[in-house]
Amino acid sequence: MSVLVFVEASEGKFKKSAFEAATYGVKVGTLLGVETHALCIDEAAESELKSLGDYGISKVWYVNDSRLRNFDPLVYAKVITQAEAQTNADVLVLIQSYSGKAIAPVLAAKLRAGLVSGAIDLPVLEGNSFLVKKNVFSGKAFATYEMHSAKKIISLMSNSIAPEKKPIDATVAAFKPELEDSDFRVTVKEVVKASGTISLSDAEIVVSGGRGLKGPENWGMVEEMAGILGAATACSRPVADIHWRPHTEHVGQTGVAIRPNLYIAIGISGAIQHLAGVNGSKVMVVINKDPEAPFFKAADYGIVGDAFEVVPKLNEAFRKFKAGN
Amino acid sequence: MKILVCISKTPDTTSKISFTDNNSKFNSDKVQFIINPYDEWYALVRAIEMKEQAGATVTIMNVGSADCDAIIRKALAIGGDDAVRIDAEPDDAFFVADQVAQFSKSEQYDIIMLGKETIDYNGSQVGGMIAGLLDIPFVSLASKMDIAGNIASLERDISGGRELLTVQTPFVISASKGMAEARIPNMRGIMAARTKPIKVLPPFPSEKLTSVKKYDLPKEKAGPRMINADQPEELVALLHNEAKVI
Ligand SMILES: Cc1cc2nc3c(=O)[nH]c(=O)nc-3n(C[C@H](O)[C@H](O)[C@H](O)COP(=O)(O)OP(=O)(O)OC[C@H]3O[C@@H](n4cnc5c(N)ncnc54)[C@H](O)[C@@H]3O)c2cc1C
Ligand SMILES: Nc1ncnc2c1ncn2[C@@H]1O[C@H](COP(=O)(O)O)[C@@H](O)[C@H]1O
Repeated sequence: MSVLVFVEASEGKFKKSAFEAATYGVKVGTLLGVETHALCIDEAAESELKSLGDYGISKVWYVNDSRLRNFDPLVYAKVITQAEAQTNADVLVLIQSYSGKAIAPVLAAKLRAGLVSGAIDLPVLEGNSFLVKKNVFSGKAFATYEMHSAKKIISLMSNSIAPEKKPIDATVAAFKPELEDSDFRVTVKEVVKASGTISLSDAEIVVSGGRGLKGPENWGMVEEMAGILGAATACSRPVADIHWRPHTEHVGQTGVAIRPNLYIAIGISGAIQHLAGVNGSKVMVVINKDPEAPFFKAADYGIVGDAFEVVPKLNEAFRKFKAGN
Repeated sequence: MKILVCISKTPDTTSKISFTDNNSKFNSDKVQFIINPYDEWYALVRAIEMKEQAGATVTIMNVGSADCDAIIRKALAIGGDDAVRIDAEPDDAFFVADQVAQFSKSEQYDIIMLGKETIDYNGSQVGGMIAGLLDIPFVSLASKMDIAGNIASLERDISGGRELLTVQTPFVISASKGMAEARIPNMRGIMAARTKPIKVLPPFPSEKLTSVKKYDLPKEKAGPRMINADQPEELVALLHNEAKVI
């Protein structure tokens, strides 16, 4: 028995979420009294692969097959099921990223394994029950799922667990999946890398603007704040709909759902559909000129004032703070 | 071309969420139910557009009890041709996917379309499971789809960017924003929907791999700490010292 963690790398480096998944997997392994292995399909150097040992992963399997450079959930799931058989894993852990979201259910079907997607906490064993908690109703409630199948798959929401060091000397081993040419049924024409330096769903800090900012020409101060804080930028839906900002920035129920450590909302009213995508944030700051704006009810910190006066001053204060730290 | 569009019933986004039976059941009292927005706005409307452009039959699929008939009628009013409802409680994603997979085996659909996730259980599971069970390609989180003959060109979100791809039918897609614009059913559609058939079938043998044991509501926030607009340094200090997020 073991726990197998599927980790994603980008340009040869693990993302923070890979270390979160590793930490999660190692803790599940400890809970069940088994080893935790990791599997990486993306390109990464041996030293990078070995760094998973810092988080307690005992063996890192990597796949070096150029046919897998393009993402296809069915093919990836086939590779992972073969690794699952080799490592005799009963629990599989993935990150609920765009890719993880697509692979996990295919895997679940192939293995007839129960899946909890978007888990936010470690599993709990209660007698014979294996319980996993996740957000439901777009962040308005939590549900604790019981998993009935022998094999279990958990896809973890990023930013739910802090990476924790538990160094051991990990072995790195090649894993050679058996794939036929007929497995590759999708032809990838092009991969367009996300623009912007920090992707919204991975960002720890997000600065977001709404219709209160009056026009796209006023986003300079929002981008400035994001630049100072190393944050990603986001917006409310009407702002994307009227093309002030790209659609990829739209957060909320119909846009991207995010869970950063800090969400700063400027000139956004706080409609329930907007909150649905952001209320998993750890800390929320709301800047709005209307003291009755519904967003204040969900906020941790609030400033009532005109964004065009408040934001430049706040940027100044952030800049001073950064200079002194 | 035969398209199957899977729709599910979810509480309207403005619903107040509460639970009964010692927090083990969702309280549907006074809750207004709608078609899951991703299923309606993106999957269904794109299917109808393809029918208008290239000719296709669009079948609506739902796993649920008789109280789903209202959303099925709405989907037919928007332009679905006929509907199938598998009469069972849809309380486990694998079970739902297995129903759709077993049903569609004999029907040979070219494209099975779903929403990217339900806004109640936020699973993003059923589509990938159907693809896995039928062993056909899965284009997850697709924001664009065009088809010529039996070759479809699609765009999908992947970690770190977007993938532009082509795939041959049959395949499964889960639709996200960008796929189509929402449509409101017109009077003619609503009248026509009344006579369109909804076939009700008993469930296929399958199993449920998960169940919800209990629900919780998040703790109410104490209310925000208000900071004077003239003292932004105070906010910066609080974010650093108290919240520890910068
Ligand atoms: C089914 C459905 C799904 C939806 N999905 C989403 C979604 O995913 N994401 C989303 O965001 N919305 C979504 N919406 C829309 C949502 O209901 C709101 O309409 C939207 O979030 C409002 O955007 P806003 O706050 O930017 O604009 P407004 O509601 O117009 O609010 C602007 C705010 O700015 C403040 N303001 C104005 N001037 C200033 C100033 N100078 N300084 C400071 N503050 C100022 C105002 O007081 C006001 O609170 C959805 C709606 C529906 C029906
Ligand atoms: N009971 C159901 N009947 C038919 N389709 C469903 C059902 N539940 C979910 N779906 C489809 O599967 C998609 C993903 O659902 P989920 O995996 O629950 O997030 C939805 O957007 C629907 O298209």
